Amino acid sequence: MSLTARHLESNGIPTVVFGSARDIVEQAGVPPFVFSDFPLGNPCGIPYDRAMQRAILGIGLELLESARFPATTVKTPFAWPDDAWRHNFMRVDESNRDALLRAGEERKARQAARKANFGG
Amino acid sequence: MSFQEGPEVNSARRVFVSYIDKSRELYLAQGYGNPYRWAYNCEVPFVALPKPLAECRIAVVTTSSIDEGQEAVDLADRPPKHSYAWPSDPVPDRLFTMDLSWDKEATHTNDVDSFLPLRRLREYEAEGRVGSVSQRFYGVPTEYSQRKTNTLDAPDVLRFCREDGVDVALLVGL
Repeated sequence: MSLTARHLESNGIPTVVFGSARDIVEQAGVPPFVFSDFPLGNPCGIPYDRAMQRAILGIGLELLESARFPATTVKTPFAWPDDAWRHNFMRVDESNRDALLRAGEERKARQAARKANFGG
Repeated sequence: MSFQEGPEVNSARRVFVSYIDKSRELYLAQGYGNPYRWAYNCEVPFVALPKPLAECRIAVVTTSSIDEGQEAVDLADRPPKHSYAWPSDPVPDRLFTMDLSWDKEATHTNDVDSFLPLRRLREYEAEGRVGSVSQRFYGVPTEYSQRKTNTLDAPDVLRFCREDGVDVALLVGL
């Protein structure tokens, strides 16, 4: 997504990226970026919270008008109701290490089958 | 709408989640020894808004797919995906997201407005805040291959934008 934004911007189309994976987007180097510190999945606002969704989009529109420099990040002023996701998502610890390794082996087998089916 | 101080966090550590760190550790634990090299660019292209937003036609770009009853739940399982353009009116009630790496424990994607801002954009259009909404929205697949994104999918989206007379693009990755 970040690379597509860069391509559009390089060809004269202003963009705003909305996202929650701050490090990935910022390292890719995008023009204006509206960052919401949420678990991945709802970068436009908490599901069914219209007022928040409207506010986040509004921040992006204002950023479009005010941005004067590339790589400008604005953090929206909203918080997810809890913080457990910060720890739980993609968690690796002693409790799941064996299961992850097994899952990885199964996944590699599926990837090989996919490659055979679709040519990579 | 919640506008609040965040709950207690351990500020002895970086509070923002690093997905680069997390995914590297996860893939290592799964037995992938060669870490993914994320895109890194120092130079960032930038073009200022050429005219007032109230005169601009705006498009939305998503990493989600049209819901066709797919079953893949992992990037490793799905057939190759391609960029697409799809009518933005009516706004789809559902989009397919299960093959993407979002946090399926903490949240859900049953409300497309939480990741595809077309309805909220239409509200701003009705108020005259933006000129118009492009007749189509666009999809770009999430790919391991940056080359594929740069040489195929991103040029496709640029072409869609030009076909639809788009002035500004809003890009939302899950």
